[in-house]
Amino acid sequence: MLIEEKYIQEFFTVDKNENIAGDVYEMHLLGNTSAITKPGQFVNIKVDGFYLRRPISVCDYDSEGLTLIYKVVGNGTEVMSKIEKCAVLDLLVGLGNGFDTSKSGDRPLLIGGGMGVAPMYNLCKKLIAEGKKPIVVNGFNSAKDVYYENEFKALGAEVYITTADGTNGTKGFVTDVTKNLDYTYFYTCGPMPMFKAVEATAKTSGQFSFEERMGCGFGACMGCSCETKYGNKRICKDGPVLEREEIIW
Amino acid sequence: MVDTRVVLSGITLDNPVIPASGTFGFGREFAELYDINCLGTFSFKGTTKDPRFGNPTPRIAECSMGMINSVGLQNPGVEHVVNHELKELKEYFSKPVMANVSGFSIDEYVYTCQKINDAEQVGWIEVNISCPNVHGGGMSFGTTPEAAAEVTKAVKAVTTKPVYIKLSPNVADIASVAKACEDAGADGISLINTLLGMRIDLKTKKCVVANKMGGFSGPAIFPVAVRMVYQVYEAVKIPVIGMGGVSSADDVIEMMLAGATAVQVGAANLVNPFACKEIIETLPTAMKKYGIEKLSDIIGGAH
Repeated sequence: MLIEEKYIQEFFTVDKNENIAGDVYEMHLLGNTSAITKPGQFVNIKVDGFYLRRPISVCDYDSEGLTLIYKVVGNGTEVMSKIEKCAVLDLLVGLGNGFDTSKSGDRPLLIGGGMGVAPMYNLCKKLIAEGKKPIVVNGFNSAKDVYYENEFKALGAEVYITTADGTNGTKGFVTDVTKNLDYTYFYTCGPMPMFKAVEATAKTSGQFSFEERMGCGFGACMGCSCETKYGNKRICKDGPVLEREEIIW
Repeated sequence: MVDTRVVLSGITLDNPVIPASGTFGFGREFAELYDINCLGTFSFKGTTKDPRFGNPTPRIAECSMGMINSVGLQNPGVEHVVNHELKELKEYFSKPVMANVSGFSIDEYVYTCQKINDAEQVGWIEVNISCPNVHGGGMSFGTTPEAAAEVTKAVKAVTTKPVYIKLSPNVADIASVAKACEDAGADGISLINTLLGMRIDLKTKKCVVANKMGGFSGPAIFPVAVRMVYQVYEAVKIPVIGMGGVSSADDVIEMMLAGATAVQVGAANLVNPFACKEIIETLPTAMKKYGIEKLSDIIGGAH
């Protein structure tokens, strides 16, 4: 018997792979996205010459393809950045639980930090499609690292940018902006120091999307486990999105 | 039609391909993708007396042609495995399953094996005396013939199902450990578990995995595994299950020529979740290529 299908393995064709900021690249891939059901899910990519796959969160998707945004941080992403248009990649698609938009209320706050901005894009799109009015606060180190500012604005969201050095938007961190906002719920993805600041200042319930070094990405190896108030969870399978109430800091 | 069947302690497997413990959970994540009843069987997630969270993260490091893991035997404990995991497993796997058991004392091995032995779905018990991840734990039993024999004897005394002892490669003389297990009553030997390894991050200048050391697996260790299976086959008369870096039908045949009656596939499942299915599907073609009609005929053929 086959368990209800959840994730799939598919071959995707690279449609675009471009440098969009600092060491940040945007890759658009064409292929079967039917396994993606929620914003905040991720794909696991086989990169030539490397044993383990690379887990990358989905920035946006439609029925024909998906967009990934990644930063060159090591040898694997270095090779990824050189992949050319028309190359065919082996992906596991539809991984992770993704964000639950049903709890957002009318005015949800989306907080992205660095690479954590990427999954906020499709989330923002979905919330707007549901008739909600999201506020987006995206934090970066410096103006050269900023990406998707106009894309978020084009969706019709209220957008704030912060940079640590003040070269774009508000000088400081995302929480320097979020502390002055009123919102019904929050969604966030970004580095751990930002998470701790968000946790310390958040005014409502919310969801955090975590990052962890993974083996398989689909729940088999227990490489990315974490302890929560509701028991042990695998970041790749039971996450990456955890609710504020269950997280042990 | 080629014949891929093998017999493991009186139970016939449709083919010798068995996903290795720790790389296949309880099969559920793979049953989302394909009907896992095509497998010979599978060895489920290493189970201990009490629930364990395991080691701190990060637990995974990539290597050339392989990976290091320091999961540390995370599992929900034997009660939960018997009452929940095995009940759920019935919905999507109808063959006898191999139960992988670990422990940190003779009493724990005995307790867990007793509980597992009563589960009707369990065909074989695979006793891990070799997990290198847990300090002061399994490692000590696998490293000397005496300790290995002690576990074997204790487990055999409380079980009726065939007991396979899974050996560590991190020893001076693998054949003597295998022989000691056979003499203590083991029904078979599984080998090899992971090799102790380490990776260091050049940017942070620290070990990649939080536990510093971990078990190295993947295609890189295949030649080591073939050699040890060959040595153990010569040392014992009981069946040997060979594993370590197996990733293709050719690897399965090579492992069987070295002396394996059945073959486990580990790390390959994590990179390609269809690995075992693909190996099983390509096995008949590979057999024809090498002029093999009956797979069981080639066991130990290289000796």
